[in-house]
Parts: sequence; structure tokens; C-alpha cells
Amino acid sequence: MTRILTFLLVASLMPMTVLAGEYDISVDRVQIDTGDGVKEGIGYNGGSPGPVLRFKEGEEVTINVTNNLDEPTSIHWHGLILPFDQDGVPGISFPGIAPGETFTYKFPIVQNGTYWYHSHSGFQEPDGAFGAIVIESEGREPYRYDREHVVQLTDKHPHSGDRIMRNLKMSPDYYNRHQQTAGDFFTDVSDKGFMATVRDRLMWGDMRMMKADIEDVHGFTGMINGKSPDQNWTGLFKAGERVRLRFINSSAMTAFDVRIPGLEMTVVQADGNNVQPVTVDEFRINVAETYDVIVHIRDEEAYTLFAESMGRSGYARGTLAPRAGMTAAVPELREPPLLTMADMAGHMDHGDMDHGMDHSAMQNSEMSSEDTDGSVKGSSAMDHSGMDTGEMAKGGMDHSAMGHGTKADGKASDPFYAEGSGLTPRAANGGKFLSYADLKAQKPLYEHREPTREIELRLTGNMERYLWSINGVKFEDADPIKLQYGERVRFTFVNETMMAHPMHLHGMWSILDVGAGKWNPVKHVISVAPATTVTMETEVDAPGEWAFHCHLSYHAAAGMFRKFIVEGGPDSEVSDIQDTTTAGDES
Amino acid sequence: MSHRRQAVSALIIGFSLAGTPVALAEVTAKETQLAKKFWGISIGQLEYRYSDSDAKLGVFEGAAFYGTDELKGVWLFEGEWENEHSAWETLENQFVAQKPIAEFFDAKAGIRIDTPEGSDRVFGVLGVTGLAPQWIELDSNLFFSDEGDVSADLELEYELLLTNRLIMHASFEVDVAFSEDKEIGIGSGLNATETGLRLSYDVIDRLFSPYIGIVHERKYGDTADLAETSEGGTEDWFAVAGVKILF
Repeated sequence: MTRILTFLLVASLMPMTVLAGEYDISVDRVQIDTGDGVKEGIGYNGGSPGPVLRFKEGEEVTINVTNNLDEPTSIHWHGLILPFDQDGVPGISFPGIAPGETFTYKFPIVQNGTYWYHSHSGFQEPDGAFGAIVIESEGREPYRYDREHVVQLTDKHPHSGDRIMRNLKMSPDYYNRHQQTAGDFFTDVSDKGFMATVRDRLMWGDMRMMKADIEDVHGFTGMINGKSPDQNWTGLFKAGERVRLRFINSSAMTAFDVRIPGLEMTVVQADGNNVQPVTVDEFRINVAETYDVIVHIRDEEAYTLFAESMGRSGYARGTLAPRAGMTAAVPELREPPLLTMADMAGHMDHGDMDHGMDHSAMQNSEMSSEDTDGSVKGSSAMDHSGMDTGEMAKGGMDHSAMGHGTKADGKASDPFYAEGSGLTPRAANGGKFLSYADLKAQKPLYEHREPTREIELRLTGNMERYLWSINGVKFEDADPIKLQYGERVRFTFVNETMMAHPMHLHGMWSILDVGAGKWNPVKHVISVAPATTVTMETEVDAPGEWAFHCHLSYHAAAGMFRKFIVEGGPDSEVSDIQDTTTAGDES
Repeated sequence: MSHRRQAVSALIIGFSLAGTPVALAEVTAKETQLAKKFWGISIGQLEYRYSDSDAKLGVFEGAAFYGTDELKGVWLFEGEWENEHSAWETLENQFVAQKPIAEFFDAKAGIRIDTPEGSDRVFGVLGVTGLAPQWIELDSNLFFSDEGDVSADLELEYELLLTNRLIMHASFEVDVAFSEDKEIGIGSGLNATETGLRLSYDVIDRLFSPYIGIVHERKYGDTADLAETSEGGTEDWFAVAGVKILF
């Protein structure tokens, strides 16, 4: 009788139990076939990339990670909001996972969207230890699609991470095969005149910097979901479908310019957070960022998914096709860009220059975001099927008025690049290239409020020594940055180097200031272009210790890294983003 | 980094075998998240020289280092093997500590041991090495010998990229002595210059780059006189062929 009662009791509780999933991941030495040969690497469950982990918002996940390597390992859940002891950074969150050991991660899933996971130990991530995370939304998403594909990009290099780091320290231009040559000198002489060319070379030579110093590591194979350009990853669709592509850049060092010739892409999510849809022809995804785009494919054609590296030293290629085996034309790599004096301004003036980042000058009041009021009023407003992509959301979004897009003189312009920068992106077809300035939160995650504190972080380095640091100090010589629970901190990144640094704060969101106030997009990686100043705000709502670093693997390992300590806060180790406003009031 | 990391993992394996999992608990982020120790071997010249007076030489010059951004131990080696006499005309080993002193320059201090055919010498070395404006690599040293003599050298190198793999290397080296050391054929004042032009091609990364080139060596003043009395040449032109190695 008691037994029956117990059974009934348990049975009645069943529907109330929290959704819980258990996952097993093994960390293994694997073979990675790049088409040019099979390379040794590190992967998960026997492959690289590892399996796509599909979670549900609200789920309590248990993940058993078994280390089959002969060295310590770790898994960091990139972009996930979780208790700090589950964040997976050895020496900050936990001690790491010793060889042969199984570590069990357990945390609630409090968000949805596209994320990824990777090792935070040594150079295991560049060596292949990463995979994708897809979190299904609890509620209805403000866009519609018929099917989805993860598109995980990486820059697989024939050398191991250790070897690359060592080579860069020995000779910082070891991998750079885009350096200016004697031939370029004569081309410039005929274009610009002898004296102008000599002056130009003397100026750069005096600084001991190279215009071609855009990508530290050339010689990689661009891969999509573990497939090289020749192996051609293919995502299937049926004509007429809307396909959601979840782009994740899992590269060690490479930013990609992504396009699908013949298709417009509607960006609906950045770094796992919904943004107001913006239709583009091309976008740049720096290391560790994610972008979700929806493409509406009306015909039975194959389309090439083409991701050129920012410095044009390599590319990844895949295909969207109605049937396996179909291909479309693969574009040529465009001419490699060169840095300009504008990109050096931060180095020369140490950030004192005005780089035209005056967001207040941008006409944000004209943005269509006013209409959405933070909530999705009926899905029809967001239903792309009713919209001609050509017209979509363009109302009031005059990009030229915002000072980006393409200027009348045909020169590319973007407020998130120094005026006249050699890195300013432009679309291959002359169309719309996504700018950070286009990103507006679909629904603000936090109540908008004034920051309680400001912290300036200068991004610093010395390319000739391959030194990378923050405020001129490497991590090994730096004290932790202390934050108080409940603060809203405004971080100002002043990039004094000539490289674009994707800065990643663990555990708490980075609200990127695009000048849109409460509609500023919420990200986990902020790419800071050379000689620019970019600001973000963070609601300090997660107690514990967190990592903050440049996500370029060899910059982080060189010292462009800090430990953040969040002091105070509730006893509970679990921070819930929903509690933010109350938490803020408590302090 | 790899060494430190390997050492750490070896320790960890050791400890975990011994059943004390606390080993990992003591790891800090400054140990796990950074690459701090590096090593490398750079052999700029490994070549065969054939002179206009039919002299045949085997020459090598290079360096190996281990250390951090702040302090490196460097072993510099240089040798000239003369075929005719089956003897080392030059054989130098320097062991120096190298430390950054400016944005683009390091200071060096250490010891140089010369053990060629004939008399040996030991020197104290003080030097500076780095990258001068306009991409000129500069290396200059003061040497204090165990015989009490002081000498100095200056070496400049420039790489002209014909393409990103076909590279012209221009080098110039000058040796001066502030006092005479007859036993090793060194006169006071300007001693010698060596000027080289080498055209290399990167075959495998920057690991293996074969080259051909020409080298001009000249001795001056008292050093030239000393060379003449010992029936050596005072000026030579060489055709050279060799390989650069960077690992």
C-alpha cells in the first residue's frame, strides 16, 4: 500500500520535475583530415569538431567530461551564463581535469541561442578541441525558419599550437606571406611616384611595422564543420525554405568575411542574443563570435558559402544545395588588404586621437527599433515571409546617415573602424556589409541604466617581440581586476595596436555600445579594430572569478588576459540573469 | 611553454598515480593560461665557400635560445673549417644572457670561448642586439679577452623581399680592436670587414631555405700585415652555397 502511494506520489511529481539532460564527452587524440593531409589533433568523442550539444532553455544539464589525454584538459562553455565554478578555466574556475579523470559539470541553462564549447587548456582549442552548442528557446522565437544548420568555422593549421606560438616568439613574421616586396615597391612607384613611395616606406620602416600585418598565422585550411574547401560541407534545403545558419567562428586566429553569393542574409542573432533583423550581403565574424542568419532560398540551385579570411590568406567554403553533390561557382580570394596610417594612430598617439567613434552623431532616433518596444508584438511583425527581403526593416534605417555603409566616394566606411582604415570591410558585390552599428537588441536583457563605474583597458602589444598585453602589462605580471556585485561597469577598450582583438569576458554579458541606448546589442565577444576605442557595459551579476582575454589564441597565451574577481553578491552560486534588476537594487 | 606544461603534467600524472588529486588544485591561471618559456634554433649560415684563390671553407653561424620574454639564455656559435689545412680557422662559442632594454633592443652579457687552430682565447662579452629603424638588424659587442685586450664588432643585416619566399639577405660585419693581440693575428684598429649578399628561397616554411651568394672578406692595417707575414690573404671573394635553418 505504501509502495503504491509512493508510486502515485512520484508519478504525480513527474510532470513537475525539471528538464534534465545528461551528456558524456570524452576528450581524445584525434585525426583531422584537412584534405591536404591528415593531422594529429585533439577532439571530443573521437572527432573534431566535437558533437553539437543541443540543450533546452530551462534544462539542468549534467555533462561528464572524461580526459583521455596524457595532459590536463578543461571545457569552457563559451557564452553560457553559469556559476563560475562550472566555467571551465583551469586555475580560475576549477583546477582542470587531470588525465584519466572524469569531471562532471552541472548547471542550469538560462538562455537560448548559438554558442560553442572549447578547451581552455594550453593550445588544445587550436589543435581541434571545440564543438557547437545550440540551445532551443523556451518561448517562441521572433523569427521563422524551416530548417537550420550549424556552420562552425575554423582555421586548421598543419603546425601544433605549441609550435606556432614558439615560431611567433622566435620570428613574429614567421607565417606572414603577404609582406610587401620589391615588386610592390615598383608598383607603388608607378602609382604614387618615387618620392611618395620612399616616404611611405621610410615612415613604416621607422615604426618597424608592416602594412601586411593583419593575420599573424597564414598557412591554415579554412574548415566548415570539419570539412575543408575541397571536402565541401553541404547543407541541404528544399526550394522555398528559410534556412537558419548558425555561424560560429572557432578559429584560433582568423576573422572571416562571410557571404553566400546570390543570397541575402538576414542577421537575427549575434553571440546568442536576438537582434533586430538586418539584411546584409556579407558580414565579418571575428574569432569566437557567433551570428545566426536566415536565408530564404527560393529555387533549386546550389549556393556557395564562402568565408574569406580578413587578411585573405585563406578561406573556408561550403555549399547550400537541394541535393548532395551539387556545387556552385567558388569565388576567387579578393586582394589582401593593407593597413594604413589610420590603423597605426593608436600606436603612435596611444589612443588620444578621435577616431570618429562619436556614436551620438549617429542618427539612432531614426532607427526602426522604436516600434518594437522591447517585446515582440505578434509574430507577424517579425514574419519574414511577408516581407520582401529587399525592403525588410529598411524603414528609417538609412545607413549612409549613420555614417557607415559605403560613402558617396565609393570608399568603405564603418564607425567601428578607424577613419581610413585598411581593414574597413566592404561587400564583394558592393552591397551591404554588416557593421556593429547595425546590431540592435531585439529585447533588452537588462534595464537600461547609467554605469556606476568606468574602467579603461588599453589593448597593447609589441609585434616585433610578439608581446600582447592589457595596459602594457602581461597577465603574469598583473593583479586581478576587481568588480563589485551589482555594479554596472562601463569598459572602454582603447586599441593601441595594429591588430583587431576579439575581447571576451566570461560569465557576464558584454553590452556593446553602438549608440542605441537600451537597444545596444548584448554580446560575449567584442572585436576592437586597430586604433579604435570601443565601449561596452557589463551588469556585474555573477559572483566569483572569471577570465577576460583576447580570443586570438596566441595573443591570450602571450598575456592579453586578465582575471576578474566579482566581490560580494548572494550566497547562491547560481546567478540568474532574470534577477538582475533586484540584484542591482540590493547593492 | 611546452616544457613548463609538460613538467606540470608530468607532476600531475605523478601525483595522481600516488593518489593525491590535490596537485591540480594548486594550479593557477598564470600557469595554465600562458605560454612563458620558449626555445628556438636559428642557423643563418650553413655554407660552403669557394674563394677566388681556390680556398675552400665550410662555414656555420647560428644561435639557439631558451627563456622567457624577460630573460633568455643564448648560445651563439660560429665556425670556419678550412679544407686545405683541415683546421678550424674560426671556432667561437658564446653563452650570453639576453634581456630587453628598449622596445626593439636587448642587452647581452656573457662569455665567448674561441678554440680555433692555434691559440685559444676566452672573452667577456657585453653587447646589444635588436631591430633598428628601417628593418635593419643590428648586433654589436664589446669583447674583453683573458689577455687583457679589448675588441668590438658590429653586424648589420637587411632582408629584401624579392617575393615572399625569394629573399635577398645583405650583411655587413666589421671588427675592430683597441689593442694588439699578435698571437691570434689581431692588430690594433680596424681589423676586418665581411660583406655578404645571399639569395635564399623558403622551401619549407622558414625551416629550410637554401641559398647562393657572394661574400667579400678583407683585412686591414696591422691585422692585414700580420696575415701577410703568416702567408694568409688579406682580401678574398667567395662564392657561397648553403642553407638557412629556423627551428
